[in-house]
Amino acid sequence: MHGVLAMITQRIALGIATLFVISLLVFLAVDMLPGDPAEAILGQSATPASVAALRQELGLNKPLVVRYADWTAGLLRGDFGRSLANDRPIAELIAPRLGATLSLAALAATIALPLGVLLGILSSVHRDRALDRVASTASLLAISFPEFFTAYMLVACFSVGLGWLPAISLSSQGGIVETLTMLALPALTLSLAVIGYVLRMTRAAIMGVMASPYVEMARLKGVGPWGVVVRHALPNALSPIINVVIINLAYLVVGVVVIEVVFVYPGLGQLLVDSVAKRDIPVVQACCMLFAGTYIGLNLLADILALLANPRLRRPRQREARA
Amino acid sequence: MNAETASLAVAASHPLAEPDSAPLLVMRGLVIETSGPGRPQRIVDGIDLELHAGEVLGLIGESGAGKSTIGLAALGYVRPGCRFAGGSVLFDGQDLLTLPPERCRALRGTRIAYVAQSATASFNPAHRLIDQVVETATRQAGMGRRQAEQDARELFARLALPDPDHIGERFPHELSGGQLQRVMIAMAMICRPDLIVFDEPTTALDVTTQVEILASIRNVVEAFGTAAIYITHDLAVVTQLAHRITVLRHGRIVEEAPTRAMLAAPRESYTRSLWAVRRIRKAPEPDHAAPLLELDGISASYGSVPVLRDVSLTVRTGGTVALVGESGSGKSTLARVVAGLLPPTAGQVLLQGRRLPKALQDRSRDQLRRVQLIHQSPDAALNPRQSIREAIGRPLQLHHGLRGAAREARLRELMALVELKPELLDRLPNALSGGQKQRVCIARALAAGPELLICDEVTSALDQVVQAGILAMLQRLQKELGLSCLFITHDIATVRAIADEVVVMRQGAVVESGARDKVLETPSDDYTRLLLSCVPDVDPDWLTKLLQQRADAREIDDAG
Repeated sequence: MHGVLAMITQRIALGIATLFVISLLVFLAVDMLPGDPAEAILGQSATPASVAALRQELGLNKPLVVRYADWTAGLLRGDFGRSLANDRPIAELIAPRLGATLSLAALAATIALPLGVLLGILSSVHRDRALDRVASTASLLAISFPEFFTAYMLVACFSVGLGWLPAISLSSQGGIVETLTMLALPALTLSLAVIGYVLRMTRAAIMGVMASPYVEMARLKGVGPWGVVVRHALPNALSPIINVVIINLAYLVVGVVVIEVVFVYPGLGQLLVDSVAKRDIPVVQACCMLFAGTYIGLNLLADILALLANPRLRRPRQREARA
Repeated sequence: MNAETASLAVAASHPLAEPDSAPLLVMRGLVIETSGPGRPQRIVDGIDLELHAGEVLGLIGESGAGKSTIGLAALGYVRPGCRFAGGSVLFDGQDLLTLPPERCRALRGTRIAYVAQSATASFNPAHRLIDQVVETATRQAGMGRRQAEQDARELFARLALPDPDHIGERFPHELSGGQLQRVMIAMAMICRPDLIVFDEPTTALDVTTQVEILASIRNVVEAFGTAAIYITHDLAVVTQLAHRITVLRHGRIVEEAPTRAMLAAPRESYTRSLWAVRRIRKAPEPDHAAPLLELDGISASYGSVPVLRDVSLTVRTGGTVALVGESGSGKSTLARVVAGLLPPTAGQVLLQGRRLPKALQDRSRDQLRRVQLIHQSPDAALNPRQSIREAIGRPLQLHHGLRGAAREARLRELMALVELKPELLDRLPNALSGGQKQRVCIARALAAGPELLICDEVTSALDQVVQAGILAMLQRLQKELGLSCLFITHDIATVRAIADEVVVMRQGAVVESGARDKVLETPSDDYTRLLLSCVPDVDPDWLTKLLQQRADAREIDDAG
């Protein structure tokens, strides 16, 4: 068992190293953006003197290395710094936005991931029959339409046409029903694409092992079509399925910028877009680091789960004989 | 070893079944075709078969003869890409081809079972063995889980598996190929089926393991009165088990007869050709030729695992040294060391008395030219996207700078040398048969103009008739071109056919070496004797005699 533990430790160390490299890239990239934050903040009222004073105050005159060290040291303490735009602590600014993004992602994931995997399994069992063909075409459509298009179609249908659901999802302090109604359309939009991806990958992964001799053996033992797919093929297709599920989970957290803008949903993506427009550099950096952290964390999880799902890695042979 | 041989002794009797009742399985005019795009091809072309309860039928033929397809048809199953195009498969009076799929499926595993060629590939890597063994019993036959597991453990013990009470808790990758094959026989036996189809169950195994599996199969088949179809390309193997033998070729029956009758008087010339490899025998070369390749104290390892220990051998100019041993004995590793693919940790490789650099990248192009390696699997050794012309032409250009018409002429010479038509030059490898592909690999090695050929199990993936052709050709080439050869094999018939000298390896070390006849006829090492005793003869009593001998030897041991 210690072999797996060593492998997991190694993956975690690699994840941390990646995060470090990303922090460097984020910091340098933002620093290299043309224009001066101090000038941007002061805007029309900028005089050389006031700009110099603000630069001093923001610490922009310190060498790059020192600024990076200060910034990362802050990150490690959980201190993201202060917003340039309104001087509030960034953590305070981000917390409600992160909550909003996560609840939307959670809702979409709850709908899409189980449904996607289940439909993928159904498609495999009913391979090349009506259900499989319909699912395959529908999923391709769902993936191919740009999200904003899907979003507006849904709005046209459910908000304008039927009038059942709100077209925009401005946060309000409502009960559970109100919140769900508000989240319904963005969650549905996200779900459609995710269901499509997960369905296709699940089906492909299962199909990939359906040709193996042990699946034929199961058939020759008289195992029925469901048993063949669920008991014999699925366990061996887990690792690509875990991967696609987790990558889509990451996408739900990280890739929702467009949807948040379409539905005017006050999530992290919206904040990122606003901050870029306002040249609120520390907020942009903090958002980037959060997105990167989520992505790396979830991929790490996928790696570890895939590792644990494979008995050959879980229980390596005592001595591998080769000839 | 004791429990094992106790159960083997049970199997020592070998009575023939007396057909007295209605046949268990009847195939009438069975036709199976490909169902893919393009014109359907007949894989099985009008087969008539009968099998009675408790009878063992041997199906023998070269690869592509339709053996496996017929075996699977006995379970009412066709592989994807094929379809039943005619005839009937009656099992116990019901036609499996017209039975509703659910009812056909209900028979599989419970009344008709299947044992596949590669147990390693046919066990699900994600599940513990016991779960796979009892699956049919608990889910289809309605046996209680506890009772099924108990029964499985008894079968494990009967099949002489080590630690039968706990071995089921392991995953497939934790067992050896021979052990897995026995677990698979237990899996087939769990519902006490009326019929088992054995599809080349020992082909992937070493001879020493093969003997044990054959004895196990005979043991359980006789103990439970199970009828069996035993599919193989090895005549000697099938004669140990089968009451009757059916010879197949191109999806048709060539000849069918009771085992002893067929051995005594095969009617068809094709049947007689199945003995082909066994008849080739090389005349011994005089052993005073100068040494070409000398290995001196070679040790090598994969990572920290040592695989070769202090191996020395000599290949004389124009001579052939056969390197024999079980899988895992380090034969192929030694080939990799000679070819420079695996630098040894100690010792040296001398070619014509001069030291060869250990690693491939340190050898000069001329040194590379002089030693050529031919692999076991021609499918894997040829680039599927390169035409035969490219495959053979590349070394001509690289080593001899041949271009244009000169290259073309040499290509045709080489094709003639390996007995292939020049029209094949423009084909891609997948348009060729296994034997043709191996000939292409040999032509590619010859194109370099080598002095030493390393042949790594070059005929193991081929069936007997094709093997005989390739071996005869290699001998002719060797004589004409004065080649020396290091020939790696686990097949003693091949050794007899081609070798001047034999080196026996076990666990990475040489246990015996010397002139072929001396090693094969009067082996001095216990392991060599064991290895040779395990090579089946085309004699229906061979296995019975061998098991009897072993039992007697043990009694003497026990008494003394």
